[in-house]
Amino acid sequence: MRLYFHYISVAVRSAMEYKLSFFLTTLGQFLTAFNVFLGIYFMFGRFSQVKGYTYSEVLLCFSIMLMEFSLAECFARGFDSFSGLVRSGEFDRIMVRPRSAVLQVLGSRFELSRIGRMLQALFMFVYGISASSIVWTWDKVAAVVCMLIGGVMLFTGIFMIYAALCFFTLEGLEFMNVLTDGAREYGKYPFDVYGRGILRLCTFVVPYALVQYYPLQYLLGRRDDWYLAVCPLGTAAFLLLCWGVWRLGMKHYQSAGS
Amino acid sequence: MITMEHVCKSYRVSKRSAGMIAACKALFRRETETVQALSDVSFTIQDGEMVGYIGPNGAGKSSTIKILSGILTPDAGTCLVDGRVPWKDRIAHVRQIGVVFGQRSQLWWDVPVADSFSLLKDIYSIPQSQFHNNVEELTELLHLEELLKTPARQLSLGQRMRCEIAASLLHDPRILFLDEPTIGLDAVSKLAVRDFILRRNRDHGTTVILTTHDMQDIEALTRRIILIGRGRILLDGSLEDMRRLAGAAGVREQDAAGAQGQDTAGAQRQETAGARGQETVEVRQDDPAALDRIVARLYEQLHII
Repeated sequence: MRLYFHYISVAVRSAMEYKLSFFLTTLGQFLTAFNVFLGIYFMFGRFSQVKGYTYSEVLLCFSIMLMEFSLAECFARGFDSFSGLVRSGEFDRIMVRPRSAVLQVLGSRFELSRIGRMLQALFMFVYGISASSIVWTWDKVAAVVCMLIGGVMLFTGIFMIYAALCFFTLEGLEFMNVLTDGAREYGKYPFDVYGRGILRLCTFVVPYALVQYYPLQYLLGRRDDWYLAVCPLGTAAFLLLCWGVWRLGMKHYQSAGS
Repeated sequence: MITMEHVCKSYRVSKRSAGMIAACKALFRRETETVQALSDVSFTIQDGEMVGYIGPNGAGKSSTIKILSGILTPDAGTCLVDGRVPWKDRIAHVRQIGVVFGQRSQLWWDVPVADSFSLLKDIYSIPQSQFHNNVEELTELLHLEELLKTPARQLSLGQRMRCEIAASLLHDPRILFLDEPTIGLDAVSKLAVRDFILRRNRDHGTTVILTTHDMQDIEALTRRIILIGRGRILLDGSLEDMRRLAGAAGVREQDAAGAQGQDTAGAQRQETAGARGQETVEVRQDDPAALDRIVARLYEQLHII
């Protein structure tokens, strides 16, 4: 863990070498995510509800999802540039260092500019929580914490699988972005808005619903089965699966170049 | 001690002809071809040895190094480095080795070299006192004082290589792999790097395995040569053994005095000898590129290019 922070501090120092670029990217990231919020805002300016969800409920859903995603992205986006590491052969270097490859990949690219998005997520999160009409009891706070933890695990898992595929293809697969950025976009509305098919897909194939739809039902007081509150932690299984794929990939690693 | 026995490694590479149409075709039907990078490679290297590993481009040198350093898993065969299987026991194994890839940097590009060193200290969990001593020693031997505060991206190639070598020795590895350490360096840097490697081997007993295309590296550093071509080991012996092999392949060496009376215009002359039309290459020993010529001829004759 100490090493990870050392990695981060080097990343910070690297980023500060290019000051202007650093500030502009941070600002850019902040504004990008802000767009989505405006989308929701204007949407609800016209319609008072979407499939039975009110503005404040959707806002809460979106802000939690954005927070989950941003947290995961901040720490695990190193996997995102992983195809670059493999193609340039830099991964060789990682393999000859006595630390777990996952840690080193995470440390290799700490996306400082994501701080902009992170700030924005935090901002939305606070706003979403305060605007919601939920009575905050301990169990509901616990549910939100579970959602955050589960969401981070879920997105980390997706980033990891994305990277693991690079071992086989040596190329990043752009369609995987549907699972990451796409999910963040669609995730602003609870998944049942999109119909039963999508909800099933998001439960059994890529378990987004575990960190969004189900605990949200609990949070909004629509159902009060306690297991809905802790179901986000089920994404640990998904993360484990992704890690398995990663291990398999590492065995297949072919290296590149001379 | 390093032992490699009957190691084989093959890659699958995709093939397609040039051009847009072929590229589109390849999108749907990928033709792959298996390339045998190493076939039945075996050798043993004792502690404290310096071995030059040579061969033409694509002969399998890098693959061997990558297997020895735990990056690649071979298809068949066994490999033990100090009693460990590199790719199975990766983390314990890499603590004992240092690797310099001449073409790739291990330093963090945008931060001063000293920061990279301190990050490596944490990566290898080097105790403070050992780290301090090593940095001091390496700084002195490789003349790094001025360089430590400079970001790696602003170093010249020769400066960077010195830092790279220092970086790979911070944790006192028992084995050092050098993959083309002198590539692209000017004469001064080359000599500095060679001197340092010799010293390191002598003072610390570090086993050094060196791949290079620069025959002067080999001449200056190693007593033992392993020659590899098309994934097979063709020679494992001294520089003299290589000369002998080259002699059999039709290279005739002449000392400087013997060549005086003959052709003075060119250092190298080819003539047809024998009824079979086998070419002989004469190489003058005072020709600075004598070894290169011998090796080039050898590669040709062994059909490994």
